[in-house]
Amino acid sequence: MINPNSPVLLEVRGLCASVNGIRILKDLDFTVKRGEVHAIMGPNGSGKSTFAKVLAGHTAYEVTAGTVLFEGRDLFALAPEERARAGVFLAFQYPIEIPGVANSQFLRLSYNTLQAQRGKEELDPLEFDDFVREKMKLLDMNPDFLDRSVNEGFSGGEKKRNEILQMALLEPRLAILDETDSGLDIDALRVVSQGVNQLTHKDNAIVLVTHYQRLLNYIVPDFVHVMESGRIIKTGAKELAVELETRGYDWVSAEHQAASETRAAGVTA
Amino acid sequence: MSTVTAIRKPAVDYLDNLLTGQPQLPASRWAQVNALRAKAVEHLDRLALPTLRDEEWRFTDLSALTRLSLQPVRSATHLAVPDIAHFYLDDAPTRLVFVDGIYAPQLSSEPVEDGVVVANLLAADAAHCAALQAQFGLHQAIGDNVFAALNTAFVHDAAVILVPRNVAIAAPVQVLFIATQAGVVSYPRCLLVAEVGSSVTLIEDYVALEGGAYLVNPVTEIALADQAHVHHIRVQRDSQQAFHIANCAVSVGRSSNYQSVSIAMGAQISRYNLEVRLAEGAECTVDGLALIADSQTADTHSFIDHAKPHGVSRQLHKCIAGGSAHAVFNGKVMVRQGAQRTDSAQSSRNLLLSAKAYVDTKPQLEIFADDVKCVHGATIGQLDNEEVFYLQSRGLSDAAARSLLTYAFGAEIIDRIPVASLKHQLEQRVFEQTGSQP
Repeated sequence: MINPNSPVLLEVRGLCASVNGIRILKDLDFTVKRGEVHAIMGPNGSGKSTFAKVLAGHTAYEVTAGTVLFEGRDLFALAPEERARAGVFLAFQYPIEIPGVANSQFLRLSYNTLQAQRGKEELDPLEFDDFVREKMKLLDMNPDFLDRSVNEGFSGGEKKRNEILQMALLEPRLAILDETDSGLDIDALRVVSQGVNQLTHKDNAIVLVTHYQRLLNYIVPDFVHVMESGRIIKTGAKELAVELETRGYDWVSAEHQAASETRAAGVTA
Repeated sequence: MSTVTAIRKPAVDYLDNLLTGQPQLPASRWAQVNALRAKAVEHLDRLALPTLRDEEWRFTDLSALTRLSLQPVRSATHLAVPDIAHFYLDDAPTRLVFVDGIYAPQLSSEPVEDGVVVANLLAADAAHCAALQAQFGLHQAIGDNVFAALNTAFVHDAAVILVPRNVAIAAPVQVLFIATQAGVVSYPRCLLVAEVGSSVTLIEDYVALEGGAYLVNPVTEIALADQAHVHHIRVQRDSQQAFHIANCAVSVGRSSNYQSVSIAMGAQISRYNLEVRLAEGAECTVDGLALIADSQTADTHSFIDHAKPHGVSRQLHKCIAGGSAHAVFNGKVMVRQGAQRTDSAQSSRNLLLSAKAYVDTKPQLEIFADDVKCVHGATIGQLDNEEVFYLQSRGLSDAAARSLLTYAFGAEIIDRIPVASLKHQLEQRVFEQTGSQP
């Protein structure tokens, strides 16, 4: 929900980032306040996933310019695990499989690490088991997934549920969901979306990175941003997503192009 | 008169030194053993300690061993149960304990089940000797295998296990070889005979009470008759200065199933040669994990011999090498002419934890039949950065993420050990070792 008095959670200014020497993000500005839901849409290769990974601290991406403040702290001064502890969460587009590590062990380790950092009580395996089973109900997940290796042999939809389960356990202040809708059938999409909706409240915020409008029928965004060539070229309300679904991205691109030319003309004149 | 100076290779002298004392061995009550010894000594006359020029030893340098002056074990170290109770396994109540190769009845516990033999050769019930004697030395070929020959030359006592026809021993049998002295060489020997339709789990466990350099040179023979089932867990946790050079020969009868997990963690240089011969319709699963650090070398050579049709073999061998450790895997799968419908899969996976660690891996397939399904492959790598990042993004530190992933890599093999107490011990050990990796 939009509340003008809500404090700023994330403030991105002039962000430029590259991978293997190729510039992906170019002068990106983006602001998120507490309680808001943002959707970032855009064609393939526009830099959406890169932006998500840069925020989470993936080392393959080099930040070349710009600043990111998370609750006023310089996010780039923090290692990936420190960002997680500070309350940044990335639900992966392609969650990693870790054979040999039981999902329950991984979830508990992760949960307890964050609890300890936050000065809260850690849970022993039995306590955690009760706790996590409760959270799994939220996502209609079979408890059998606790005993299996992390994401190993999970279907695409099961992996995505497991990601949102982690979000439910870790209670981040900023959750970035990178194409969480891809690979989900319509029933799974509804369940996962409902889970996410139950986890949102006035003090946290969600950034949805997606190609498709259908997710936004379930998780209704306050803002829809269109990303192209590494920057946000248009921001609108939730209706923008519907318009993008029917008209595609070309018109936004053309509109942006025209606006830039007008600006440039204004400068020379 | 000209003087002819015989120039003998130091490695040959080294063998001569090792053989000092061999002629003083008391004669065995098993005629078979006396004959084997004589044959082995004869072989050793023609053999020299292998060097890097030998194809089978080109990755493992034994020169550090030749600098070591080793004596046969002269006196037994007396141990009491509390000294070694931490090596006992709750779920393996039957055990044979050998201290520096010498049987220790006070530390062992033999079974009461009828007809089952779990004993040392010197004391084995005469009534069962025929069945055991017939198999002794039958499976492990000596050929040009110096270490199998050395062991055989010194055969005196042995762990002998006989599982009679259609008997299933529920609880695992542990054979525990404890090293307590530096500067000695011991020759553990083990024979397991699983008769038709029987089943048993054998844990062959090499441990050390003292650090220090010594040589353990075991030979294990396992004979499965038809429709038998043997689980063989082998754990090598010798001292970090030790040399461990072992041979194991397994004959798997028709429609029998041999499953083995071997773990190598100890010794400065260890070598494990495993040969598995499969009869018609026989199956084997041969898994291994070498977990080494510092300047350790762990070398596994396996040979799976599909001699007859319809055999199935599965092999997953993993190495985790840290420090400047060196892991070697040479896995040969032979499919002989006529071994149609063989189904074989072999995989060597290696994880290097530091820039100085290295691995030599050589999966080999030799196929002489035309209707078979065989796959093999090898990977060598470091921890996957995407996996590390995933764990970091969930709050784990870089070090914690790496240690968890390393643990998981090894745990895949340890999980295959069907003995909970041993599995737990080894998991702890892997956790400690991987947690302390840089």
